[in-house]
Amino acid sequence: MEPMSAHAATHHAPPQGFIRKYVFSVDHKIIGIQYTTLSLVAAFIGMALSWAMRIHLGWPDAHIPLLSMFSPNGAPGGLMTPEYYLSLMTMHGTIMAFFVLTAAPMAGFGNFMLPIQVGAADMAFPRLNMASFWVTFVGFVLACATFFIPDGPPLSGWTAYAPLSAVGTVAGPGQGWGQNFWGLSIAVFCVASLLGALNFIVTTLDLRTKGMTLSRLPLSTWAWFINAWVSLLAFAVLLPTCLLLVLDRLGGTSFFIPAGLVINDQLQPHSGGSPLLFQHLFWFFGHPEVYIIILPAFGIVSHILPTFIRKPLVGGWKAITYAMIAVGTLSFVVWGHHMFVSGMSPFMAMVFSVPTLFITIPSVIAVLIWTFSLYRANMRFDTPMLFSLGFISLFISGGIGGFFLAQPSTDSYLHATSFVVGHFHFTMGLSAIFAAFAGFYYWFPKMWGRMMNETLGKVHFWLSFVLVYCVFMTMHLTGFAGAVRRYSAFVDDFMVPLIPTQRFISVAALLLGAAQFIFLFNAIWSRFQGPKAPDNPWGATTLEWDTTSPPPFDNFGGRQITVYHGPMEYDGEASVMQTSPEVSVAGT
Amino acid sequence: MLMESSPYGIEKKKLGMWVFIISDACTFAAFLFAYGYMRVGAPVWGTPFEFSSILNGMLMTAVLLSSSLTMLAAVRAAQAGTKASANKWLGVTMLLGAIFAALHLREWFKLIGEGWRLFYNPTGGAAQFGATFFSVTGLHLTHVVTGVIALGFIARGYNQGRYDESHVETAGLYWHFVDLVWMFVFPLMYLMNAQ
Ligand code: HEM
Ligand SMILES: [Cu+2]
Repeated sequence: MEPMSAHAATHHAPPQGFIRKYVFSVDHKIIGIQYTTLSLVAAFIGMALSWAMRIHLGWPDAHIPLLSMFSPNGAPGGLMTPEYYLSLMTMHGTIMAFFVLTAAPMAGFGNFMLPIQVGAADMAFPRLNMASFWVTFVGFVLACATFFIPDGPPLSGWTAYAPLSAVGTVAGPGQGWGQNFWGLSIAVFCVASLLGALNFIVTTLDLRTKGMTLSRLPLSTWAWFINAWVSLLAFAVLLPTCLLLVLDRLGGTSFFIPAGLVINDQLQPHSGGSPLLFQHLFWFFGHPEVYIIILPAFGIVSHILPTFIRKPLVGGWKAITYAMIAVGTLSFVVWGHHMFVSGMSPFMAMVFSVPTLFITIPSVIAVLIWTFSLYRANMRFDTPMLFSLGFISLFISGGIGGFFLAQPSTDSYLHATSFVVGHFHFTMGLSAIFAAFAGFYYWFPKMWGRMMNETLGKVHFWLSFVLVYCVFMTMHLTGFAGAVRRYSAFVDDFMVPLIPTQRFISVAALLLGAAQFIFLFNAIWSRFQGPKAPDNPWGATTLEWDTTSPPPFDNFGGRQITVYHGPMEYDGEASVMQTSPEVSVAGT
Repeated sequence: MLMESSPYGIEKKKLGMWVFIISDACTFAAFLFAYGYMRVGAPVWGTPFEFSSILNGMLMTAVLLSSSLTMLAAVRAAQAGTKASANKWLGVTMLLGAIFAALHLREWFKLIGEGWRLFYNPTGGAAQFGATFFSVTGLHLTHVVTGVIALGFIARGYNQGRYDESHVETAGLYWHFVDLVWMFVFPLMYLMNAQ
């Protein structure tokens, strides 16, 4: 074997020409930026969809002229039909869960930072890396294309429950080609995620520089590494799930469609399938998926906190890493808690509720580590720190709701209400978004070589933080009151008194969306006009801060990197770079 | 501008292939889980395979097993640096893979000729038989065919000196994995469905 093959990536010179450099680039930094940008675009599309939903929920008679241009059938005269509401909701959930939350914190920041943090020049398989991005892009285009095909996007939610998702147009608009596109889009997304996970795993194991033992990995790298394993196993099951779904739809099989199913007075020509099989397969992926979304957030926050509290996390690298490994592992044995009221055997509900209560233990340990670490800390409240604190707050608030949902008895009431919507937006939606914002503000100087505006950052944080609570805490309350999830309007009997509350949520949601434009402005303006960033603006210790901002093509300009310390060498003002041979200040 | 190679470096293609195998195993497991779920849930399953089909399956198994041995010989030869011999064994492995695919397709066409479809069971049993049989074996067959094509590229690159023995070894890992999967598919899809 030629000795250099592990670093084949360093052999080639920087590419020339716009296409090779910025479009079909094999440079992990460019790919990271491509993923981040894709996620940003997706996030704003997803947010626009949530606005349309919220306007309709608050003012069910409101006409939204823009919508009728988009879909004359879905929103005649701008007034959306209940079916079109479901289409918007499906695409909102799909775009946010897959193309924003799965993509940004892992594929976006991870691609850019992981190779640098382990001291490598690129990912282990740069061309595969490029393929993952472009395959993701195709998946995203397929998802967005559903808006432009005649009967619009599917209705079956991001979970695509069968049999609704498995039968055709007889079940409603969007269940024809819309659902086919959806299945293909997600199948393609699975392939991209699998390739990405493979790359992350091999890079972390294989390309670490001298002295970068596992115990010295930055916690963000640990999180991406653990998360790559979880993704690898989970997406490997979602892929066949999508394939079987597509077979049911296009091949005439009946994996997920039971016998004697009558839809709109038409007997379906299927027999012997099981919708529960779909739920088992989907949630075997789906529950790990929510941790796939949150683990990089754990990592980003654990990586950022020590810099701004100027001391190591309580329990060192081990406590938080073991907690993340435990969360990742347990996430594969709790999927049935999404199926308590699905008609599954009640005994199985018991079986799944026990590990569900166990999985809260490592999550609580993680939360305790972060909060105890703040005790007596010499904190700096820069924007990345604020968003990290916001993440901790939201994660705790959402987690408390989880205790109610983990009980089959309380869940039978709460399952189909907006309580669940509030819960998962706190835990997986906004927690992950806040962590991604923390990462964005923290790494922006490194990725683009300029500083972001702190004042705008703080305004963005406080507005988002308060409004997020207004929106999703209130959804918990309307859920208690019985507001049914996935209804397009609350105009009947007991839900009428909730209308003012619904309006309150809607107004808060629109303001929350508006606040995100402060962020967008800040990012774009700073990209071009921000002050030049120094190499290490936050006084951090990990390798990405030990090179220029932005880093050169091979990350360290040909320097041979040797690592002497763990990632959390902080003691008040004093700190020691991982690469510095000086003595440890934190005793790690 | 060269950096020293990583002190932790394992051969990265091999590591990558192992990681891929773990993930692909999960994909097969999901298909087989669906098969088990359908089978257990069906009131009447029906076991259509006559002795001739089982015999065909046993022949396929023998062919695939021997192809693992010839693959092993190719890897050994490549490690020993005997290029000609490695290429010969790669060729034999591809040939055996192709024979396996041909036998498999013969089986498929026979079933289709008898009226089996993804959604139809001519014997009146559960329609899921065709759905599970064709999808599980189809997935496996796709792996075999992909493997044969990949071996072709590897053999060519190896012959021209663009690839080294590590490529052959990595391809070997894949090939043995596909063989191993068949050791699950054959008893579950054929033997359990014998008349
Ligand atoms: C601007 C803030 C947001 C607002 C106002 C909002 C609003 C909504 C609404 C109204 C629904 C439909 C509830 C129903 O009728 O069942 C929903 C569903 C959903 N949202 Fe959001 N959302 C926001 C941000 C996010 C984010 C950041 C994510 C990322 C995960 C997300 C993921 C989802 C998911 C997964 C669903 C469920 C879709 C389904 O059940 O099929 N949302 N959201
Ligand atoms: Cu769950």
